[in-house]
Amino acid sequence: MTWPEFWIVLLRVVLTFVLLMVVTIINVWAERKILADMQSRIGPNRAGPFGVLQTVADGLKLFFKESITPRRAELGMYLLAPFLAVIPAFLIFMMVPWGKPFMIGEYEVALQGADLNIGLLFILAMSSLAVYAVVLAGWSSGSKYPLLGGVRATAQAISYEAAMGLAMVAVVMFSATQGDGGTLSLAEIVERQSGTWGDAIPALQPVLQFVPRWNIFPQIVAFVIFFLAIVAETNRAPFDLVEAEQEIVGGFHTEYSGMRFAMFFLAEYVNIFSMSAIAATLFLGGWNGPTFDDALPGFISSILPTVYFLAKTYFIVFLFFWIRATLPRLRYDQLMQLGWKRLIPGALGWLVLSTLVIAYRQFGPPWS
Amino acid sequence: MGLLKELFKGLRVTGGTMVRTIAGDELVTTQFPKEHRVKPQRFHGRHVLNRYPDGMEKCIGCELCAGACPAQCIYVRGADNDPDRPTSPGERFGFVYEINMLRCIFCGLCVEACPTEAITMTQLFEISTTNRSDGIYTKETLLMDRNGHVPHMFPDDQLADLDELDSADGWVRATAPSGVAAYEGLKMWRGTPGPGEWEPEPSQEERDRSSRDDRGVDG
Repeated sequence: MTWPEFWIVLLRVVLTFVLLMVVTIINVWAERKILADMQSRIGPNRAGPFGVLQTVADGLKLFFKESITPRRAELGMYLLAPFLAVIPAFLIFMMVPWGKPFMIGEYEVALQGADLNIGLLFILAMSSLAVYAVVLAGWSSGSKYPLLGGVRATAQAISYEAAMGLAMVAVVMFSATQGDGGTLSLAEIVERQSGTWGDAIPALQPVLQFVPRWNIFPQIVAFVIFFLAIVAETNRAPFDLVEAEQEIVGGFHTEYSGMRFAMFFLAEYVNIFSMSAIAATLFLGGWNGPTFDDALPGFISSILPTVYFLAKTYFIVFLFFWIRATLPRLRYDQLMQLGWKRLIPGALGWLVLSTLVIAYRQFGPPWS
Repeated sequence: MGLLKELFKGLRVTGGTMVRTIAGDELVTTQFPKEHRVKPQRFHGRHVLNRYPDGMEKCIGCELCAGACPAQCIYVRGADNDPDRPTSPGERFGFVYEINMLRCIFCGLCVEACPTEAITMTQLFEISTTNRSDGIYTKETLLMDRNGHVPHMFPDDQLADLDELDSADGWVRATAPSGVAAYEGLKMWRGTPGPGEWEPEPSQEERDRSSRDDRGVDG
């Protein structure tokens, strides 16, 4: 690795990190504002224009507050858990391509933390790791409600991780038919969703020429399952049994305060954004979209892919908020029922179906 | 499928509310210190001790308010009037009159108990203080002056809306005497300096008729 390459890698990571921090600050504010609108309230509007700086103010406040440690806490784990929550949350987003690669001199800068060839596997691994933070926080607090929250987190994560993975498999298999062999790299999956379906299916060109070549159209069932699974993965309403305020106070973070609590909070919102970004990447074509290279100045048309990416991601983030404002929390048995009796069989069935279709298109009917 | 239908029904409610709120049609909260809501006429706010239009105090020091008070926050001591320069019409007047606003539950039983409509309630509720002794209102703060103006504890306060102290007898007008329907439309109270004597509220029947007319429905 040469020095310029090193600087470019550093630049990519720093840019991604900064983007993630900024959108997280905006997300917390946006959620409060959108929830307020849906409940006929005003919402935060004091700090900064429209209250955008509310999150910053809250963060500063939490930073200066005392971090209390319960006497019966298992100290090592108790101190480690907030970091275990934050680190995977950030690492997940490092896999997501959030803009079109551009050139600095002779070097190409991909707007993506790192383009692993096993990107999706890495995401699955990290989202499973994030559960450890919740479980360990719950257990090490030495208090009953956090423990209950931690136990719930385990069950929930196991149930919904499976459905999420299966939905991803269907997309990956479909994506393999769209290019040269299968891939788990997110940059490659995004690349294969450029253009329109009209290009991919010449027979239906007049009908499909304005339909973007996103995976959501052939894989709509997988998208629905994936979306439900990520809502449950990030412990959001209506699947927020892990923190269920009414039953178990705050769940796993009951005993955390000050900066340590802020880290759990940060991790939750980073997770919402990265999971939505992954959904946008897998199903909605990532940063793909018309850039009007001829009509617009070069600067704008190179920014546009990032704008498309953010717009798609925020569409899904908005769904998160909308559902939170609408649905009451599921009961524990309903959560398990939805996971094991609906989503996993549904995902498996869809996987088999799309496998059959792909095989038929690849090799013709089995009797031929 | 039924469940899915219900889900979309719910999403429509919240989504619709959001659109209406952004358009400004459905906002139920206000920017309180900046905007004040119009309060109902019978609002139970801060108390005021009234005078007759000629300047005499209405309070006769009978302590019925103190007896009626469920929070026991009123302390009254009466004294005999000086026959040459009486403070109130009658034998006695309220010599000491204190209300502990930190204890008061704003139930209005004192207003109901008062035989002379001496104590009534205003629409002012921004009465928080930074000092516990400021929560005890003495006669000096409670009693209106001879022009009908009610003193405010902190007139320079950002939240002080002095107009709200002027509608002190809305509660009396609405309920006196004793809320008996037979007295509907009759003026059964004495005036105060300032607003003078209020006209009685229209009777229920009249109000029903006028609201029907407003809606353009044949009564």
